[in-house]
Order: sequence, then structure tokens, then C-alpha cells
Amino acid sequence: MPLASYALGMMEAAVYAPEVFARGLPSALRREQQSEGSTEPTGAATAAATPLLSLHGIGLSFGGVVALADIDLSVYPGEIRAIIGPNGAGKSSLINVISGVYRSDRGHVQLDGVSYAQVPTQRLAHLGVARTFQNLALFKGLSVLDNVASGLAYKVRSNFAGQVLGIGRSRGEQRDSQSRADQILEFLDLTAVRDRLAGTLPYGLQKRVELARALVAEPRLLLLDEPMAGMTAGEKSEMADFVRAARDRFATTVVLIEHDVGVVMGLSDRIAVLDYGRKIADATPDEVRNDQRVIDAYLGVASDNEDGAGI
Amino acid sequence: MTAITGSFSSAPVLPKWIVPFLLLAFAYGVVPLIGSSYLFEAILLPFLALSLAGVGLNILTGYAGQVSLGSAAFMAAGAFAAYNFNLRVEGLPLIGSIFLAGIVAAAIGIVFGLPSLRLKGFYLAVSTLAAQFFVQWALTKFSWFSNDSASGVIDAPKLSIAGFAFDGAVGRYLFALTIVTALTFLAYRLVSSQTGRNFIAIRDNETAARIIGIPVLKTKLLAFAISSFIIGVAGVIWAFAYLRTVEPDGFDLDRSFQILFIIIIGGLASIRGAFFGAALIVVFPLALSRLGGFLLGDVFDSGVLDMSQRIVLGALIILFLILEPDGLVALWDRVRRRLLFAWQST
Repeated sequence: MPLASYALGMMEAAVYAPEVFARGLPSALRREQQSEGSTEPTGAATAAATPLLSLHGIGLSFGGVVALADIDLSVYPGEIRAIIGPNGAGKSSLINVISGVYRSDRGHVQLDGVSYAQVPTQRLAHLGVARTFQNLALFKGLSVLDNVASGLAYKVRSNFAGQVLGIGRSRGEQRDSQSRADQILEFLDLTAVRDRLAGTLPYGLQKRVELARALVAEPRLLLLDEPMAGMTAGEKSEMADFVRAARDRFATTVVLIEHDVGVVMGLSDRIAVLDYGRKIADATPDEVRNDQRVIDAYLGVASDNEDGAGI
Repeated sequence: MTAITGSFSSAPVLPKWIVPFLLLAFAYGVVPLIGSSYLFEAILLPFLALSLAGVGLNILTGYAGQVSLGSAAFMAAGAFAAYNFNLRVEGLPLIGSIFLAGIVAAAIGIVFGLPSLRLKGFYLAVSTLAAQFFVQWALTKFSWFSNDSASGVIDAPKLSIAGFAFDGAVGRYLFALTIVTALTFLAYRLVSSQTGRNFIAIRDNETAARIIGIPVLKTKLLAFAISSFIIGVAGVIWAFAYLRTVEPDGFDLDRSFQILFIIIIGGLASIRGAFFGAALIVVFPLALSRLGGFLLGDVFDSGVLDMSQRIVLGALIILFLILEPDGLVALWDRVRRRLLFAWQST
């Protein structure tokens, strides 16, 4: 018993540490490789590239509660950008503002050079933006394949009469969306559950199906709201691999919210840290790891780990 | 033997079309020969009309997730529109009148579907009551709709399609069967199309549907339009093939509830479910009255029948909602699987 509680207590400090090492190092190497010759925006290079997504002075409050205060954020093409912070820091609110689910009280969102006071949710897919939700938002009554294929629904041009009668462009569209959905299922290793109803899958797989649905449109910007919440360590690392692979394959820019600092450190190119609706840091994982304000607000101090190993 | 069981476990037993095909062959080829006039008039015709109405409502409620209590209004709109098109437009074939009646019902459906853009669930259901009361009121208030008939009653015209007359109970049965078959087939195609999947997406998660770019508003109104079209045509069958004379009062709120019960009992989001539910709703009162008469004799008069019908039906709905929320269809599928399994293991 004491052993178990000890293990639980040390979860943050110890258990994540080897994981950070395990995945942190290779991805750091990869970053270095890419920055040679490529336009991988790290450090000083960021200033040159144009951001795909930038937030300017975003403020949002619910009644008297300030959810977001004066947030600026720039995300550059091809990067994996994590947004971390304690519960209630405003992470999900931020994703909801970017995807137009919420309208910010102040500031504006710039997507690909175009500014929006409120991003038009209905046009989001056309703008090349896809997202997943913190709480599963699958269509439970549809098969996995249909769920994923529905990620292409925004492209459908045929009307219902053509679809019912099977004439016009409806047949081609149907074939096309199915084959693309099949490719994504294959890519995310979901082919085995292709014809199952989404609602009957275990939680971890449902999360992955949601990623597949977002990816099938090959978005330029992918917003992931806690893609690994509630997963086991194994599932988390699998999911992290998928996110990385998706970025590499589709050249998608990823903005993700995640609680698990270990996973985030290994996965992201840059990390923005929110606390009480304010951005308190925005830097590379290494810099964030050593930022005193971040440590105070979120990471906490591990007294037996002062050399900073892992955290 | 092993080869057979092997093929059973790996693939579906029969192609999907075979069961509907056999049923249709039976309905067209055998039933007209052996059925009594009572069977057609009292069972099969109301069954067909209500099944079609159930298919229509299921598209809206079962698939698109928009609860409606206005089904009878759309039936009435269809019936009276078909009557007026047939009466007032020279040379329009009956099938044209029926199609236009469906269009009228669809238009009314779109109007009363507008609240669905802002309202959900229970609140939407209440707002569709407006359709129920408004249509019934308009049909009673303006005698033009019933060609100034004193009682508001309309009489059905002769049924004929392309010169072929559908006379007598059997003829009307074949007329109804043909229309129901055609529309059901189209409805089946619809729900397995991209539009049908959009309906389900909106039902299951409207926000996610909007985010991935499904045109939510348009799709909802489309669901109302298609559903009302089908229910409107069901109203025409109800009026022209089944009852032959109808008045607006025949399409009251009770009828709307009846259709809603049909799809709840039969199975939401299932085309077959509408037929299962309609069969139960139509056959059940008849069976109950036979049984009651048999057990209780004279005590079981029409008053008692009516009351016991409501009680048993109410109990049934509660039982279904608790024990088998997916309706008779799910029950049937489970029984069939069991039987198949038992048969395989022998």
C-alpha cells in the first residue's frame, strides 16, 4: 500500500521523466536536422516566416470571469504548437475562439493573413482548419468509415436528389470520399474497426477516429483539444506518434492542448503556457522547462529533482 | 456442413435485397389472391399509410434528430392539397396531384421547421404543435379547401395511374402498396447517402457537424422538407385509398402521437422500424378487441376497448423505452441472431 501511494505521488516527478528522455531526445534531434536548410521556424528564424495562425489581443470573459486576457499567439506553418496550463487556464476557450465556437470580446484571429472578429465556424473546413474536441464528439450512430468520410462533407456538391437516384457527381464523390477515408483509416491503423459503429468503440479508439475525421480533409491547421485525455501511457505515446506522423505526412500545422507535460515536451516544437487566461510563456520545450514562472504556475518544483532531469 | 457454417460466419447469409424482394413478391403476387376485403380495408390499407408516415417521420426524428409533433398536420396538408389539385387543375393526372401535394406538405414542413434552427428537443417538439393546430384550423376555417362542403368532408377521386384504374379494395391496396414501395425505396437510398449521413451527424453532434462543414441549417430544413413530403403523400394514401372520405378532424394531435409512437416502438432511425411499428399499432387494437371479446364477452364493449387500448399501449411504450429503446427492429434482429445461432450449432 505505501508503495502504491508513493508511486502515485511521484507520478509527475518520476514517471514522466524517462518518457521525456525517451521521446524528447529523438524529436530534438529531428528538429535540428530539419532546421538545417529548411524553414523550420525555431528561435530567431520565426520572425521571418509568416504565421499561418495568429491571435492578436484576444480577450474573452464569461460574466465576470475572465477566461482569456490579451492573448497573442503566432503559429507558423509546419510546427506542432502545444498550449498547456492548469485546469481553467483558458486552453479550451482559446481553441474555441480559434475555431469560431466562441466569439472573443476583444482582439481578432488571423488565419492565413485574413483577420476575423469571429472565425466563421461554418466555413472552417473550407479554410483548411479541422479540430477535435475535448469530450468525444463523434457521430455515434455512424460507422467508423462514415464518421471519417463525413470529414469530407464540406466538399460535397451533389444534392440529395442526385444522391438518392445515384446520378450526376454523387457517385464519384461517394467513391472518392470512401477511398480517402479508407486511406486515413489505414494510416491511423483503424482499418480493423472500419465498419463498427463509432459509439461502440473503446474510448482510446474513439479519440483516434476523431483524429482521423479531422485529418481526412488534410487540413492545413489541425486543432487538437486534449487528444490524449484519459488515455493510458501506452495509448498516449501511440497518439503522439500519430500526431507527429500526421504533421510529417500532410504538412499540417498542429495546435494541441494537453495536460500531460511529458508527452507535450517530446512532441511539440514550441509551447505556450497559459495561466488564469494569460500567456505566461511561449518558447521551446527546453526554455519552458526552465522558465521560473511556468514552474511556479504549472510544473511545480520537485525538490528531489533540482538538476531538472526530466521536467 | 462445415463449409456452410463457414460461409455463415464470414459473410451475411443473403444479399440485402432478398428479404424485401420476397416480401414484395408476396405482397403483390399472393396477398391480392388470398386476402379478404376485411384484411385490405381494416388492416393493410391503414398499415401502409401509417408505415409511410412513419418512414417520413423517422427521417426527421430518427435520423435527423428533430422531434416533431406535427405529422398529422402534414398528412392533412397532403390529403387536402391532393384533393384540390385533382379537383381544380384540369387534366392533371392523379400521380401529378399526389406529387404536388407532397410538395405543398414539404413547403409547410419547411416553414414549421424554421424554429428548429434555434430550438432543440423538447422545445422544438412544442413548436411543431403550432403546425398541428394551424393546419387543422385553416382547413376547418376556410371551406375552400374542402370545396365548400358543409361538413368539411372531402371525397376521394377515382384512383388511376396512367390509365390503369385501381378499383375496389384490392385495387386500392395495390395503389397504396406501389406508392409506399417506391417512396420507401427512395427513403432507403436517402438515408444511406451522404445527405442521410449528414442527418445523423447533426443528430449526434450538431457542433461537430458544423465544424466539419456540414451545412447545418440547410440540412435541417431539408430533413423537414423530405419528411413532410413523405408524410404528405402518406396522408393522400390515408384519405384516398384507405378512408375515401376524410375531414380535418381525422388528422388531429392523436394521429401525430400515433405516428410518433410507431417509430418509437418500431425503432428510431430505421426504415424497417416504421413498418414494424405500424403493424403493431394497426393490428394491436384489433387483436385486443378480439381477445377482450373472447375473454370477457359483452362486458368488453367499444368504450372499454378504447380505454384498455390506451392503457396497454401506454404501458407498451413505457416498456419499450426502458427495455428496448431501439424498438421492435432491435428485438427482431436479436431473435433472428439467436435463431440463426441455434440453427448453426445444431
